[in-house]
Amino acid sequence: MTTTATPNTRTPRRAPAPRAALAGTAKYLSLVLASAVVVVPLIVILFTSLKTGREVGDTGPLTLPDNWFNLDNYVNAFQQGNMLQAFLNTTIILVVSTAGTVLIGSMTAYAIDRFEFRMKKLIVGLFLVATLVPGVTTQVATFQIVNDLGAFNTRWAPILLYLGTDIVSIYVFLQFIRSIPVSLDEAARLDGANSFTIYWRIILPMLKPAIATVVIVKGITVYNDFYIPFLYMPASDLGTISTSLFRFKGPFGAHWETISAGTILVILPTFIVFLALQRFIYSGFSAGSTK
Amino acid sequence: MTALQKDRGPGSPVAARPAAPPEPPARGRAPRRQGTRRYWWFTPWLYLLAPLVLLVTFTYLPIADMLGYSLTDWDGVSPTSENVGAENYADLFTRPELFKVFLVSGVYLVASFVQIAGALYFATVLSFNTRFRNLFKGILFFPYLINGVAIGFVFLYFFQPGGTLDSVLRLFGADGQQLWLGDPDLVNKSLAGVSVWRFMGLNMVLFLGAIQSIPPHLYEAASLDGANSWQQFRHIIAPSIKPIISLSVILAISGSLAVFEIPYIMTGGANGSETFVIQTVKLAFKFDKVGLASASAVVLLVLILIVTWIQRRLVPEERVELS
Repeated sequence: MTTTATPNTRTPRRAPAPRAALAGTAKYLSLVLASAVVVVPLIVILFTSLKTGREVGDTGPLTLPDNWFNLDNYVNAFQQGNMLQAFLNTTIILVVSTAGTVLIGSMTAYAIDRFEFRMKKLIVGLFLVATLVPGVTTQVATFQIVNDLGAFNTRWAPILLYLGTDIVSIYVFLQFIRSIPVSLDEAARLDGANSFTIYWRIILPMLKPAIATVVIVKGITVYNDFYIPFLYMPASDLGTISTSLFRFKGPFGAHWETISAGTILVILPTFIVFLALQRFIYSGFSAGSTK
Repeated sequence: MTALQKDRGPGSPVAARPAAPPEPPARGRAPRRQGTRRYWWFTPWLYLLAPLVLLVTFTYLPIADMLGYSLTDWDGVSPTSENVGAENYADLFTRPELFKVFLVSGVYLVASFVQIAGALYFATVLSFNTRFRNLFKGILFFPYLINGVAIGFVFLYFFQPGGTLDSVLRLFGADGQQLWLGDPDLVNKSLAGVSVWRFMGLNMVLFLGAIQSIPPHLYEAASLDGANSWQQFRHIIAPSIKPIISLSVILAISGSLAVFEIPYIMTGGANGSETFVIQTVKLAFKFDKVGLASASAVVLLVLILIVTWIQRRLVPEERVELS
């Protein structure tokens, strides 16, 4: 792993060129190798998704597909896998819970940062302690609550859970709102604005970078989440991207060409979003996951 | 009126901030009363209503309920349940088949250290001058963004007998097929490898962000003093990003206790790949043992809280400013 570290080059100024070149080669070699480890499993799935059923049986996984434009498997996966419904369900859940997260997170941050009130310390503490509790540990009891609310097997179950358990976004907003000068609030107040106008017209627009972060992180999390829809929405017409893809396991069994096509269909939107928003995604995740 | 308002400010949290206009300390003393003309006492609560209801309903209520269930033999359906005291907990710690899932966590824990080491290496390499830096960074990070079910399928195919891995190994002359997911001795290592594949990029990006916040003149000074890249790593990079490394270690430990998605999707917990969470989910939703499952979840929660507490003790709260 540490091939380029070269702890033995005691005096780098005297270090001969060949040694540096060797270190450079090792560095690139390790990077290329790691990239291959990432890319090969994905490429193979892409190959398989373009092969016919017979081809999959006859050729090895590393063989290129005969016809690069054989999209039959995609059509098949999209139609029989109910992917349209899945994309629709995921979109609805994604839009509602992302918008809700932005509103709830920014309101919480606004209330905590801009107001002084009784029991503020306690409230902040409640949010703080909640970050320590991983959602997966309380799922057994949460399930009963969702069930009692009558939200089981409706789109409300995941929406409520995504809204209710996202403390990280509150932190992102809190961090950011601290850097907005209070003099802006005051100026607005002098002009007769009430607290809601200040929140809506001043704070929220100023929070744009934080909103971008939360939308990206939340969007990707919701799009990829398997656990919650799997547990709370078993109805077949409520399948999300994850659960619909998971159902491929049954009917398509060993039909790897169809499963692969479904897999690529699910990865593709992520890939496009990643290419378009790379810079924001990196900073979004480093802001989101360290808190 | 305006002058009065100006003096009041929107309450005392402001006073602590450097950006705030200087306020006479005497005024800041009685913030609550002062604020009343500004906004009603309940104004902040209007903003906090929805978040608090959600927080209590989906975090605190479940914890309380779970503690309660863990002392009963409730099956999750019937209206009645017996109070069985600590029996569920005794069950958990005395029945080896329930306890052995922690051995599986051990495999994931080892893997996550490999992951952190790899992430550290690549973050260091990529923070220096490297060609195609952004391309490599993108490639290594991308798996983190991929849907878990998709990753499950990708690697089910990858590990198939005669599948991608076997074919690649054959290219390098290694022969003989392995049951990567069928052999109880191998299955967890294979699955943990998938975890490393998936999460290393995230660690790398976090480390990269931290490394980039190191002032560049430190490197310049170091190279003037003749420090080579290993020494620079050892004496500049490693100490500066220590907080984030320790955070990653803690997340690795609690993460390896809470592994669920990949093994559940790929093997369903077969061949000895059952993790703590898979077992809990099965107990609760398949075998209708909500009481036992709750006790098991309480144990997991306590373990994670202990790990986090140790981290807080070992590493004093230090703000890592990223990006």
